[in-house]
Amino acid sequence: MKISVFWVSVVALLIAGLVFTEVVGNEYYFTALYVILQATIMAVAWNILGGFTGYVNFGSAAFFAVGAYTSIALNKALGLPLPLLILAAAAVSGLIGLGVGYLTLRLKGVYFAIATLAMAIVLETLVTNWAFVGGARGAYILTPEDHLWFDSYIHMLFMLMLVLTVASVAISRKLKSSRLGRGLAAIRDDEVAAECAGVPTLRLKLISTTVMGAMMGVAGAPYPFFVTFVDPASAFNLFVAVNAIAMPMIGGTSHWIGPVIGALLVGSMQEITTVSVSSELNVLIVGVMLVVFISLAPQGIVGLVQKHILKRRR
Amino acid sequence: MLSLDLFANAIVAGVLLGGFYAAVAVGLAITFGQLDIVNIAHPAFVIVGSYIAYIVNSKFGLDPVLIGVLAAPIFFLVGIAIYRIYYAAFERTGQESLSGLAFFFGLMFIIEVSLILVYGVDYRLVRADYIGDTIQLGFVGIPFRMLVPFVVAITGTTAIHLYLSRTFTGRAILAVAQDRQALQLMGADPVRIKQFAFGLAIATTAIAGSLLIIIGPVEPSVGRLYIGRVFAIVVLGGMGSIPGMFIAALILGIVETLVATFMGPSWAPAVAFGLLLLTLAIRPSGLFGR
Amino acid sequence: MKTMMAIARVLAILALMASGSTLAQEPIKIGFSMALTGGLAGAGKAALIAMEIWRDDTNKKGGLLGRPVEFVYYDDATQPAKVPSIYTKLLSVDKVDLVVSSYGTNEIAPAMPIVMRKKLVFPSLFGLAVNDEFKYDRYFQIMPAGPKPKTDWSKGFFDLAMAQKPKPKTIAIVSADAEFALNAAGGARKNAQRLGMKIVYDKTYPPGTTDFTPIVRAIQATKPDIVYVGSYPPGSVGMVKAANEVGLKPKMFGGGMVGLQFAAIQKNLGPMLNGIVNYDFWVPEPTLNFPGVKEFLAKYQKAAKGKGVDPLGHYLPPYAYAYLQVLGQSVQAVKSLDQGKLAAHMHKTTFNTVVGKVKFGSNGEWAKSRMLFVQFRDVEKNNLEQFAGPGKRIVLHPKDWKSGEMIYPYKK
Repeated sequence: MKISVFWVSVVALLIAGLVFTEVVGNEYYFTALYVILQATIMAVAWNILGGFTGYVNFGSAAFFAVGAYTSIALNKALGLPLPLLILAAAAVSGLIGLGVGYLTLRLKGVYFAIATLAMAIVLETLVTNWAFVGGARGAYILTPEDHLWFDSYIHMLFMLMLVLTVASVAISRKLKSSRLGRGLAAIRDDEVAAECAGVPTLRLKLISTTVMGAMMGVAGAPYPFFVTFVDPASAFNLFVAVNAIAMPMIGGTSHWIGPVIGALLVGSMQEITTVSVSSELNVLIVGVMLVVFISLAPQGIVGLVQKHILKRRR
Repeated sequence: MLSLDLFANAIVAGVLLGGFYAAVAVGLAITFGQLDIVNIAHPAFVIVGSYIAYIVNSKFGLDPVLIGVLAAPIFFLVGIAIYRIYYAAFERTGQESLSGLAFFFGLMFIIEVSLILVYGVDYRLVRADYIGDTIQLGFVGIPFRMLVPFVVAITGTTAIHLYLSRTFTGRAILAVAQDRQALQLMGADPVRIKQFAFGLAIATTAIAGSLLIIIGPVEPSVGRLYIGRVFAIVVLGGMGSIPGMFIAALILGIVETLVATFMGPSWAPAVAFGLLLLTLAIRPSGLFGR
Repeated sequence: MKTMMAIARVLAILALMASGSTLAQEPIKIGFSMALTGGLAGAGKAALIAMEIWRDDTNKKGGLLGRPVEFVYYDDATQPAKVPSIYTKLLSVDKVDLVVSSYGTNEIAPAMPIVMRKKLVFPSLFGLAVNDEFKYDRYFQIMPAGPKPKTDWSKGFFDLAMAQKPKPKTIAIVSADAEFALNAAGGARKNAQRLGMKIVYDKTYPPGTTDFTPIVRAIQATKPDIVYVGSYPPGSVGMVKAANEVGLKPKMFGGGMVGLQFAAIQKNLGPMLNGIVNYDFWVPEPTLNFPGVKEFLAKYQKAAKGKGVDPLGHYLPPYAYAYLQVLGQSVQAVKSLDQGKLAAHMHKTTFNTVVGKVKFGSNGEWAKSRMLFVQFRDVEKNNLEQFAGPGKRIVLHPKDWKSGEMIYPYKK
């Protein structure tokens, strides 16, 4: 029953998106929604490792940036179309995710978090010194003229992002409810015990870091076409990493819907404050919300709702 | 290209820089190394220290280091307050690993953005008469701008090391991470001990901040650049060990300076963090760990 | 069910966004994004003050085409990623009549595709060679870099060097690892090669470099005749201090150091600046006393008090005023907001502005470079007021604006 509700809403959402691109001409909504959807993918991806498996990744921005730079490099070298670029970005970021997965062999908890931070800086230095993609100077991507049957390029990007977001949510949901998800939860609760109980911890961890990396790469791949100018400082922006952590934490890490709720809530709030108040306030709001939520409601919004429902049932 | 005086100067500059890194990292060696509290906001407090040095220095012309020392007690109290919140929200309920990390992450952003909202993002500097002067020893030059932070750092870390290894409270701090029960049996309250230690660690950032702004201009987001460095130092130094931390800081300073001199400065950060990644992958207990 | 709720939430947000929009009305709306927070906020806020002075001046004189002028602007937080959505909002929600750019290459470039799609004239504020990539015929850059911005940027520095006897033979080039500084250094490299100079040191340093002494020592070891530095404020301060401490004494030092134009940094560095030859855009020398600039600066200095921006406002603010003057004068001249006519007018006209006569070339850059190279002289310790008047930053190049001779070699 629940499965069908999910898939019906997925189809409804995609149709709604298509209708939206036909009915609404105002491009601003599409750019705003694009940013929110991008944040949603990042949050969902972070949660696969952070929420389900219990490993904190501070280097989300690096996976995102690797995705973006893969698409810049391949677009420049071979002129590949966007769908192929997305696949390539997924592959490259996924591989880096796999590498990070091997780090978990030796590094637990905090050490792992710091290693991801260090990895982000090493990768940023590499890209900064890589002249082919512009190095520190940054790279320009001219928006292609072709935008299928959509009215404009941003309509197409929005629809693409919607499909990618829905796909990542579906993957994350599938992961959570499968045997794999239970294995990941076992690792999160007590890795040693899980190992003893015969859970193939390494394999599961590798799967979750790879999926996380690939998803973040996918979120980054269309980014150059969206902003048209990418430099390492903006692609490796720590703010991307903060959002990727804060959104699931605020939404709730234990359930697949948590990061989605967190991303939609925080993301739209950010868009609204950007155009109404100021951008710095944005970051402040995210920081304050993050601290308040984890201090007072560590299970996030999902946790609050669950608690509420439980109380009612009693 | 590899001339002796260039090499000697690079080593000296590296040692001086490393000493300053130690001043920034010593507080973290206590919180992260000994108390197991991942205070990722540590560099943000250092920046607050820099801003206090800047404000008082530009108003009253006091020496930055003196300002740092005067501000330290206030930082101590702030540290205690933060630990209370941390304890009540996370440590007591046993959620410190994931949520605690995110807590300090959020705290870091709140500090940074508040500074930006109040003071903007312009680079701030301090004035002191010794900034700009150099001692020349043969072909080796030692700028006061680097020497003063080095001397303060070495004095401060030595004092903290002696304090931790010689006094009762100091030893209790060392013990709290290892064996809470034993500490309780000895009649010391672990929470109070940790609270005191955390306050001490935050107090060091007031001084570290004043040193940072002596070396160069500071703006609110500079702190982020130090997150990786200071954690690298503490991990390389074998976590709680203060002498180990100091040696690790010197190594990092020297490696960065040598790379900057002979390979080009743009590779310096990657080398430092590459070193950290390698250490983490091969010997997570650090160079001087048990 | 939960997904449905999520959809409902999205729709609610959209409704909220839509309610904020208003219909186009009587005033002429000029839209832009500006870095009011983030890394370039200091400059962005100063630019905004200058732009608001222009708006008030214009409205006092009856506005444009008899309609008052109104600004619609948003803070891009110095994040390029925010710029596209801001310009789409300006054009499709706020329905502005004219757009101008934010400050800096990284904030201008992301707006280009959107502006180009709508074929709008795009007066821009201080982007280096943005149009080399886009080749957009309605882009107009107020920064006086010149027709070949990347090399023209440092050409004056090299012209000065080559005029000396004996001619310098070796050069060290060092720059920050970021967009503007690398382009500046790249241009310097080309100029040096063209002149047959030997490049003895050519390195970049990353943002966040704490100590510049190793870099300066490595440069010193190569014994260059002249040193070209492309840097942002923290690096500029670090390089100047380290050069003083190490005793680096080339015959000429400077070039493309951002930050040495700002009063707060000038005050802090004081006498360490003496002798440095660096680029600038406007200094209070008698040769640059264009009509209106004094009045403008008086207004600016009054408005800037207590806002945490540059108190003197020499470097950027006159240009932020001027790029709107260009736009305003064009609107008045063609008596319409027709973008094609505006662009045609801007291409063929020589404008009189507070930064002097402005004539654009075919690529939207100034038809002739006016990169000023100034040498710091007789700077005293801890004194801000000294920079308000002439005599501290002598214009050496180009010769039309020259106010003194270079002291060469550069000595303390």
